[in-house]
Amino acid sequence: MELGIYSFGDIHADPATGARVSPQQSMADLLERARLADEVGLDYFGIGEHHRKEYSVSSIAPVLAAAAAQTKNIKLGSAVTVLSTEDPVRVYQQFSTIDLISGGRAELTAGRGSFIESYPLFGADLNDYEELYEEKIALLLGLNEAGRKEAPITWSGKFRPALDNATIYPRPVDNDLDIWIATGGTPSSTARAATLGTNVIYALLGGAVSNFARHAQLFRAGAAQAGHDAKALKVGVSAVGLIAKGGAADTFYPYWRRVMDDISRERGFSSPNRISYNMQTAPSGAIYAGNPEQVAEKILLTHQHMGHNRHILEMDLASVPQKDILKSIELFGTEVKPLIDAELGTTKENAA
Amino acid sequence: MSTQTIGILGAGKVGTGVARQALLAGYRVLIAGSGDPKKIDLIVSVMAPGAIAVTAEQAMAEADLVVLSVPLHKFRTLDPAGLNGKHVLDTMNYWRDTNGDMPELADAPSSSEMVLAHIPGARLAKSLNHIGYHELELDARPDGSADRRALAVVSDDDDTRALVLDFVERLGFDAVDAGPLSNGTAFEPDTPIFTGSYTAPALEAELVAHLAERGELTTSR
Repeated sequence: MELGIYSFGDIHADPATGARVSPQQSMADLLERARLADEVGLDYFGIGEHHRKEYSVSSIAPVLAAAAAQTKNIKLGSAVTVLSTEDPVRVYQQFSTIDLISGGRAELTAGRGSFIESYPLFGADLNDYEELYEEKIALLLGLNEAGRKEAPITWSGKFRPALDNATIYPRPVDNDLDIWIATGGTPSSTARAATLGTNVIYALLGGAVSNFARHAQLFRAGAAQAGHDAKALKVGVSAVGLIAKGGAADTFYPYWRRVMDDISRERGFSSPNRISYNMQTAPSGAIYAGNPEQVAEKILLTHQHMGHNRHILEMDLASVPQKDILKSIELFGTEVKPLIDAELGTTKENAA
Repeated sequence: MSTQTIGILGAGKVGTGVARQALLAGYRVLIAGSGDPKKIDLIVSVMAPGAIAVTAEQAMAEADLVVLSVPLHKFRTLDPAGLNGKHVLDTMNYWRDTNGDMPELADAPSSSEMVLAHIPGARLAKSLNHIGYHELELDARPDGSADRRALAVVSDDDDTRALVLDFVERLGFDAVDAGPLSNGTAFEPDTPIFTGSYTAPALEAELVAHLAERGELTTSR
């Protein structure tokens, strides 16, 4: 099982003190986390994009490039690239370049995004939500396939100029980019990833861990039906959480609450409270906050349901202080990972 | 009178979630996506084992109760003739992030009334829109449980209301009659009831408070 962390560069005002990390400090903090995650043997460092004031990252590629220059072994990926408002050709070039800088450690995870600021910003029409994504994911995979075959690509679509016998440079290491599709659990998204034969990562942002068992089952069945080697395709899980020797759930709560209050207000949900939080931090819930043993147990429970290959945590919700994040990353690598490896076999055996 | 066959339009999170709970409650469940049922065969067999993937025409024709669970911006793809005279349950909500801009919604008192204007012959009720699809499974309880969650039902048709109240009860929730369809504004997004968890007395109190506040207190009883 691969373990890792991901972040959007949260720079919210601290719920307790009101203090705010500057965007410049946030970049330094993100890179410090990448170095530590690499040192303690975590497998993945992900960066996602937002286009609003509470986040420091709207441009994923330069952050990953900086992380690539400061790390040795850890995989570096987007979590996620809002592909609907990107040009797949440019994204392919950027991630191929990160792959070259990092010696083949770059990954690209594509999604539609659950926030929509990038649509008006880049002139995409929300009314094309489905169609934009369909077209762009198909082109991105087409570019990667052309790269693998070292062949030019001819393509035409609705949302970008046609490509006529074009070759896109540079190509990534070994001519192949590792591409994942992210989804929140819409069955047709799972079916699409299965048909396309990409890896898939599920955002477990609520409900019970067991709810996602069906999705993983659907993905593998769909991939097999489409003629792909289902065992070679990976299933990932992304979720929020924090690890500490003691008090992790209490430390995490005000930050989680801040983000959930914001989202609830924007989307017209009722705000959550400590009771709903406690249900989610309980052993079967979808928040991975606790001591190393508790978090390891929950990841193993998730594995029982989903048989997943990768589990990544967003620890810095609403800008949880850097000292708590660093401790959490350290414990994830030095204590949680050995517990999971002992149960499931090491990452290397697992991947074989 | 008890409903036997549920026809669900939409094989997404909500459609398959309602299907699973309806199967547990002993209903025969048909699900239709857009177009050829073969496209959703696998989704249905894994996400709601026991449900039958069919065309929308078949789902509408055979169902005692038709459940609408398509993305709201696709409401115009619903077939008014197929739904004419049918008992229909609207579970949909407006999400700008996925539905895009819907100017016609601004002219309608509620999203259900916008939908009804497109399918005027349907006997429409609104419910299940105000509970998360995964909570349909997590929060369902046997009748009489102390912590049983309550869900509101509105309709202008007495027979449809009775059918849907019974359906919601059989899914594992206390069903609360909240009056005519226009009262559905009390549990659309941006209300406390929307995604809030209430027992029946608490839900009734919240409905009264909301409708009184908006000067819309009307009841069918």
